[in-house]
Amino acid sequence: MSSATTINAPPNSASVGGFSETAFEAFLATRDEPAWLIERRRQAFAKFQATPWPTARDEEWRRTDIRGLKLDTFGPPILSEPSPADRVAAAPTIDALAAHYATGIAHINASLSQKADASKLGGAVLLDLASAIKLHPELIKKHLLTDPATVEADALSALHAAFWTGGTLLYVPKGVKVEAPLYSLICLAGQGHVDLDHTLVILDEGAEATLVRESTSRGRDDSPAFHAGGIELFVGAGAKLQFVNIQNWDEQTWHFSRERAYVSQNAEIQWTVGGLGSRLAKVNQDVALMGEKANAQVNGVLFTTGKQHLAYFTRQDHIAPHTTSDLLYKGGLKDRSRIVWKGMIKVEKDAQRTNAYQKDDNLVLSNQARADSIPGLEIEANDVRCTHGATAGRVDEEMIFYAQARGVDRATAIRLIVEGFFANVYDRITLEPVRETLRLAVADKLGRR
Amino acid sequence: MTKLLEIKDLHVAIDGKEILKGVNLTMRSGEVHALMGPNGSGKSTLSYAIAGHPNYEVTSGEVLLDGQDILELEADERAKAGLFLAFQYPTSIPGVTVANFLRHAVTNVRNPGRKEGEDLVPMRDFRKELRAEMDELGMDPDFARRYLNEGFSGGEKKRAEVLQLAMLRPAFAILDETDSGLDIDAVRVVSEGVNKVAAKVGTGVLVITHYQRILTYIKPQFVHILYGGKIVEDGGPELVDTLEREGYDWVRAKYPNDAKAEDALSV
Repeated sequence: MSSATTINAPPNSASVGGFSETAFEAFLATRDEPAWLIERRRQAFAKFQATPWPTARDEEWRRTDIRGLKLDTFGPPILSEPSPADRVAAAPTIDALAAHYATGIAHINASLSQKADASKLGGAVLLDLASAIKLHPELIKKHLLTDPATVEADALSALHAAFWTGGTLLYVPKGVKVEAPLYSLICLAGQGHVDLDHTLVILDEGAEATLVRESTSRGRDDSPAFHAGGIELFVGAGAKLQFVNIQNWDEQTWHFSRERAYVSQNAEIQWTVGGLGSRLAKVNQDVALMGEKANAQVNGVLFTTGKQHLAYFTRQDHIAPHTTSDLLYKGGLKDRSRIVWKGMIKVEKDAQRTNAYQKDDNLVLSNQARADSIPGLEIEANDVRCTHGATAGRVDEEMIFYAQARGVDRATAIRLIVEGFFANVYDRITLEPVRETLRLAVADKLGRR
Repeated sequence: MTKLLEIKDLHVAIDGKEILKGVNLTMRSGEVHALMGPNGSGKSTLSYAIAGHPNYEVTSGEVLLDGQDILELEADERAKAGLFLAFQYPTSIPGVTVANFLRHAVTNVRNPGRKEGEDLVPMRDFRKELRAEMDELGMDPDFARRYLNEGFSGGEKKRAEVLQLAMLRPAFAILDETDSGLDIDAVRVVSEGVNKVAAKVGTGVLVITHYQRILTYIKPQFVHILYGGKIVEDGGPELVDTLEREGYDWVRAKYPNDAKAEDALSV
């Protein structure tokens, strides 16, 4: 509709200049932030400038070619009230989240568009990060982007640490158990084309919570978009976090994300990843088991179509003894798409009695699609149990024949078999709406011509 | 309404090797036929070829269902036309529950003209019917929620095949070694299940076996001996007793040419 077009907001970053020094200084000038944070950003920016842009010579980028990304055509997000048209575009996703979860927070084009309903938070704090810095400065200062492994990993992680804008804090105080799941939506709509959000979750000792984060594109034009995000999850002693991250960007979006969970003693995390969208994704998803008897379960559902390229690098860092981790990723690939998964179980010398598992299975649905599945182990302790596996295969013709012999046509048989392929990872996901979201997204992508 | 399944001079090859060398067999609704023969005589090849497995190449001959040649049909179209194969080794489909799978199968077989994406049979009616059939077969209701054939014992797999037979009510059912790997109680339960379906909907049944014991429960009126890729003997129930008593040696002696073919197949 032309009327909608005229009231659309302009692109949410300057279209030239990229992430230059000038752009950085101009960005800082717009930020009303404490000195410690400005200093942290400056250090990250220096790191960004000093770090070469990834090339195929870097191990993690060997299979993931980002030469098509024109970084200069993007810049730091310009914050503004989301336009009515952009709000309308985002509404269906927000409505769906609101229907399933207690309350949540939403960003459109890097700007806050919806605050959480404080009466439904069950004792938790769920804020946009800008407000959180004002209201909980010590908490943020202690946790936000303090780990060099997260900030300095590569040029994109440094870019994120320097320029992050928007995003969410979930804080659950000691002993507080939040029953109802909460959500956080990160949305690019209309002409929005840059998002650099950061998700920070802090569960104090004995706290419990569930957060569903979704990133999506709604009603965007077909111009390229750029997302460089970060996720840090701190699960305190004896705490339980269920974190879901569904990535559903459109196929013009370049998606980069550096994600790490720090799990304390006797704490548990269940972390579910849905990798569905984006033109190209490069994601690092790490769990660090920091305290004795920490436990992590990691679930991944990836499905690619067209020319999508999704590269997921997972780490299970066992730092303390008696820790357990269990990772199961499943990928489905159509058309000319590609999935790269590279996993690493790292067991430190002190992490005796570690029990770690990693598995990545892929179902390749076309001759032109390709899955690279590379498990890895690095073990320095001597009393551990680590198992890993990776598979990539086609739909079994004998299964198809069996279903056909019962009257089920070939296309439906394949759909059932593909849905079944993902079932054992769905079975691990305790949130029914998350299972349903993933199931529908996979069915939709599978049926798309 | 009596239906007719005619297999005429059927020749079937796998990977270019001819296994069936001109099989002839005619069945009508309500009839029970037994097909016997030693291992490797081509019994399973016949069942797969009729069901439409893509690896089994029909080099000549016909299979007619009420006069319609089904050999050009895809396997699912043959099932919709009224054919059912109970597999000797049922394939497991991980992640697909017995109930979900059967709901799709039932929907397609009962509405052969249905287009992909149209509604499935209503969940309530389907569940009720499935529960009743499972009850008759002495199956635990939880069975419906298990993944199809995944981790099933031999007996559970065969029971699941008969459950599907009962739900799909085919005009003709081929039971490929449905008794193999079952203890005597399971053979009885599975056989009673088959008999009930046959009595209820008039299914014509072809029991493929090389043991006589299932035939004490599913009593055939017609018995055929497949030997060296051909049916060499047609008779009544007395043939079963002869085989039980004398084995296949007399068949071998009587049909020396087919015995050579049989030896070649067994290699």
